[in-house]
Amino acid sequence: MVRFENVGLRYGMGAEILKDISFSIEPQSFQFLTGPSGAGKTTLLRLILLSLRPTRGLITLFGRDALSLDKGAITDLRRRIGVVFQDFRLLDHLTTYENVALPLRVRGKDEASYRGEVMELLRWVGLGDRMHILPPVLSGGEKQRAVIARALIVRPELLLADEPTGNVDPNLARRLLRLFTELHKSGTSVVIATHDLGLMDQFDNARRLVLGDGRLHIFD
Amino acid sequence: MSIFSGLLGRTRSLRLSRLGQDGTEIRPDKALVPAASIAGRALVTVVAIMTFLASLTAGGAIMIADASRGWQDQVAHEMTIQIRPTGGRDIEADADKAAQIARKTSGVAAVRPYTKVQSEALLEPWLGSNLDLSELPVPRLIVVALDPETRLDAAALQRRLAEAVPGATVDDHRLWIERLAIMAKTVVLAAAVIFALVLTAMFLAVAFATRGAMAGNREIIEILHFVGAADDYISRQFQRHFFRLGLRGGALGGGAAIVAFFAASTLSNWLRATPSGDQVDVMFGDFALGPNVYGAIILIAACIALVTGFVSRVIVFRHLRDLT
Repeated sequence: MVRFENVGLRYGMGAEILKDISFSIEPQSFQFLTGPSGAGKTTLLRLILLSLRPTRGLITLFGRDALSLDKGAITDLRRRIGVVFQDFRLLDHLTTYENVALPLRVRGKDEASYRGEVMELLRWVGLGDRMHILPPVLSGGEKQRAVIARALIVRPELLLADEPTGNVDPNLARRLLRLFTELHKSGTSVVIATHDLGLMDQFDNARRLVLGDGRLHIFD
Repeated sequence: MSIFSGLLGRTRSLRLSRLGQDGTEIRPDKALVPAASIAGRALVTVVAIMTFLASLTAGGAIMIADASRGWQDQVAHEMTIQIRPTGGRDIEADADKAAQIARKTSGVAAVRPYTKVQSEALLEPWLGSNLDLSELPVPRLIVVALDPETRLDAAALQRRLAEAVPGATVDDHRLWIERLAIMAKTVVLAAAVIFALVLTAMFLAVAFATRGAMAGNREIIEILHFVGAADDYISRQFQRHFFRLGLRGGALGGGAAIVAFFAASTLSNWLRATPSGDQVDVMFGDFALGPNVYGAIILIAACIALVTGFVSRVIVFRHLRDLT
């Protein structure tokens, strides 16, 4: 599904912040991406999402050489990926409902066709009564849940979540992790970037990708 | 049953009907580019001013072109025979003879000789009314109206006049017509250049506004990319917004131009019986603005709205390409 071979990244003429990264994400797999703050977890997720280009190496995404794709093909690949940003990235002028429905809307789907599903998902993540609230009014935890709902609404083949439980209480964190595991069981590959050991301990069977000093160590 | 209720066993009543019927809550067509993030009012004002200037230019050019055609038609259907006083000849008799020759010529509809008093009156605007002109060798004029149905052989008329009336010359106003044609073409060309400059300035204003909007909405564009929006979709969001701004600016500017032309036309009618009104009549006819002027203004406003949307689309596409 995702394959990195000797991928390196540097900004400008600076030192490489990611060095010789090689790993693969198999279909229906579940992995945590961890490491200290600033280790490059978010950067690695951005490379998978093709919003950054590596300075060297090879990235294969869904069987295609990701570095030779045109914009249309990149858009097609991104539509197979759900992403949860650490800093939420909600559109402040759209309501929670409209934000969650955004991935379906940009695909040109009719609002009536997805309304029920969006509302159901919002209720499940505990935002049933916050559907028509604008993000600036939501708490950090509510924003986090809205972002997760936005990533899940398209039932992605690959889910990238950057610190998805960083802004929620332990109870909701467990509930969200349960959602991720259920999603994984239904066939979605999940990559959760976190430095929350407690969260990782709840799912012992998951593979751990540990970033440190720009290099990736894999613990299956 | 959706994946979420299926996975989690939490099927709930959705109460879709309540929400679905509430048009204020769900806004499937809500603009993804917030209107407040674009310098909309400033752009509408710029587009309105440009549309107004472009409409005035185009309307003025159409009016002058129409008036020029009127002048040319008028002049082309007339010619003048001038009898210069020559020594030892009776100018009254020469004028009568020339008028008779003209009347017998095929292609002449009417002949109107100016009497001595009428000819002298023509000089009054330059020489004053209290001057005794009887001592001056005032030439006599004969205005010949041409029959539009029959072609006049001006050269033959000139020959016959030269044989019968020495000192008679025929002026078929060709020089005037040519000068009028050149002047009208120059005015129309100048209007076209001004029109092009106005449009260019407007395109640049739209381009700057679009670039500003793109820069101000960089994060929104990035989010749209991440959730799977294609460049075409994103550019349409901006295009729709700018088209609306262009439409509003075009309507305001075009409307103001129509009001201005209508006011000028009304003013012209009020002044019709006055000397200044006569001058306007001489220059522009009756200042009647035909449907072609109003049609041109509406067309300009519509084109400007379309072009505003198109320019923003091109700029957005370029910007998105650069982002890559």
